[in-house]
Amino acid sequence: MKKLLSIALVAMMALSALAGCAAPVATDTSASDASAADAAQPAASGETIKVGILGPHTGDYAVYGLAVKNGAQLYIDQVNAAGGINGKQIETIVYDNKGDSTEAITAFTRMVDEGITALIGDVLSGNTIAVVGEANPINMPMITASATAVGATYNADTDTVYTNVFRSCFIDPFQGEKMAQYAAEKLGAKTAAVLTMTGDDYSVGLADAFKAKCAEVGINVVADEGYSKGDVDFKAQLTNILATAPDVIFCPNYYQDDGMIVTQARELGLTSTFLGGDGWAGVSAYASAADLEGSYFCSAYAPGSTDAVKKFEADYTAAYGADTLNMFAATAYDAAQILVAALTKAEASGAATGSDEYKQAVIDAIKTEGPSVVGITSETGYTFDEHNNPIKSAVIMTLTDGVETFKEMY
Amino acid sequence: MSVFSTILRQIVNGLQSGSIYALVALGYSMVYGIITLLNFAHGDIIMVGAYIAWLSMAKFSMHPAFAILAAILGCTLLGMLIEKAAYKPLRGSPRISLLITAIGVSFLLENLSQMVFGAKAQVIPTFFEIPSIYLGSIELSGTALITLLAAAVSMVLLTFLVQKTKMGKAMRAVAEDTDAAQLMGININHTISFTFAIGSALAGIGAILYCSAYPQATPTMGSMLGLKAFVAAVLGGIGSIPGAMIGGFAIGLAESLVSAIGLSVWRDGVVFAILIIVLLVKPTGILGRPMREKV
Repeated sequence: MKKLLSIALVAMMALSALAGCAAPVATDTSASDASAADAAQPAASGETIKVGILGPHTGDYAVYGLAVKNGAQLYIDQVNAAGGINGKQIETIVYDNKGDSTEAITAFTRMVDEGITALIGDVLSGNTIAVVGEANPINMPMITASATAVGATYNADTDTVYTNVFRSCFIDPFQGEKMAQYAAEKLGAKTAAVLTMTGDDYSVGLADAFKAKCAEVGINVVADEGYSKGDVDFKAQLTNILATAPDVIFCPNYYQDDGMIVTQARELGLTSTFLGGDGWAGVSAYASAADLEGSYFCSAYAPGSTDAVKKFEADYTAAYGADTLNMFAATAYDAAQILVAALTKAEASGAATGSDEYKQAVIDAIKTEGPSVVGITSETGYTFDEHNNPIKSAVIMTLTDGVETFKEMY
Repeated sequence: MSVFSTILRQIVNGLQSGSIYALVALGYSMVYGIITLLNFAHGDIIMVGAYIAWLSMAKFSMHPAFAILAAILGCTLLGMLIEKAAYKPLRGSPRISLLITAIGVSFLLENLSQMVFGAKAQVIPTFFEIPSIYLGSIELSGTALITLLAAAVSMVLLTFLVQKTKMGKAMRAVAEDTDAAQLMGININHTISFTFAIGSALAGIGAILYCSAYPQATPTMGSMLGLKAFVAAVLGGIGSIPGAMIGGFAIGLAESLVSAIGLSVWRDGVVFAILIIVLLVKPTGILGRPMREKV
């Protein structure tokens, strides 16, 4: 019996070892398949500008990775159809990192071997930081459309900026600052309360930035409450907040919690205006229209807000369907716009495509050309701060009759 | 806003969550009392009840009253089914086997509902619009008061059932001494089944009250609720019905108090600290009787 068991165990171990070997092989095929399938047709001359697109296209985070891939590809296809840059077509080299940092580095190295001149990606913050470690020493121009962690462009420990890395999305603390400013300037708030999920980087990051900005703009933070992940009863915290009767309540959490918080607050008779970050998107299903009425949250992207956005949405849906049409599809489209503008400038400089001077020219051009790019998530262009984060307006959304509607750019 | 009204509100908050803990703790306590099993699947029965309420209202657009009945009935049947399928075959086995089975059933229910309904939270429609009640200038949530009332009524009925009816007598007898009860002609299987049914029906009522206060159903909603109710049962003295009620309210009030003084992050921590303290200082709980080891 024991013998049988040990044989079975050995067999299982052998199998799992085999499976371990098999995985990278499968990656190779899927990755090269993807690059072959997704590569745009090279120009007749044969000379192309190669741009890498990296992200999770399968697995749990595929919805983000595919949005970035499709959004960027959509713009690049449009440029290619219009004749490309300097007579050259842009060839995209697409790899799937499956949301894994090791895979991301492998894919990036392979892209470099294949001769990319710039990268759009990575998608998840953790993967991006890993890729930056490889891309920074070789000065590869990179624009991420979705990595919101501060660490993607800036190493706080050594106080160094990764000069080759840019992003078209805004960073987490930015939303907190914007909402504090908005509360002070547009809503005339004098007092604020904060309710955060403690232990969650996103929630705490937004709240800290909000509180810091409140001190600057003259809002008095009268209550600072927290809850832990999985809590469903917020009444005790809300009762404390009720006692201070604040003008606004900043609730930078995810929509399911936010819905419950708003419902319980109204039940207790709290009438303050609720403010939130982009985690609020989708909240309308989780609380009643009456309770949510007049709440504000900020976002990077306002569906259907302008003609440019509507055109983008129509084009995207026609090419890829509406499943992955989200905020990151829009920021990736903008990232591609910035990159194409920079590549155009670099091509004009006369440096050989892909050379070190060329890459530096692209990086410089991202900074100089960015402000004139009319993006679909930033009509005022992309000006980058000293940490290569975009200075752009946030989209302020409000809830009217239970619908999340575009209020204004702020 | 006076300090007095804040305190009053916090007490109502505490009593509301406390009454839900008390109902769940009763189920724990009754089952433990009769077959000395910590039924860790009890919290998940509440989760199933919440999903039944959601299905009946959101999917089959049933009247809220029918949805409430369906949830309570569904929980009752599920509780009896679990007892018959998972616990009865193990009645002669060591207690640890039963405990492990209970944990297994809990995981089974959680994962099953995740498979069927997905991990996303489902929004449960409002059962009834209950207007707030004003005590002078203080607004008290109607839902909270109804929750308290429903819990109180359930507990009175349960006490009557256990103390005054024949079935209640049988339950107490089986809890006292199973073998002796059998010799006196009590049908053990029926009595245990009945206990599970009552405990699970209370879980069903708990599910409805929980959903009217926190209208979301998620596959894991029962686990923390179940654990806290377990702490309540231990605090009150596991196996004791009035103990479970006292424990439930005490835990609810303790949570509310901790949040009220600004330590809301420590809420769960305080609940489990209470468990540790009770086990160290008075393992039998407030109303529990010292257990004699039967040889």
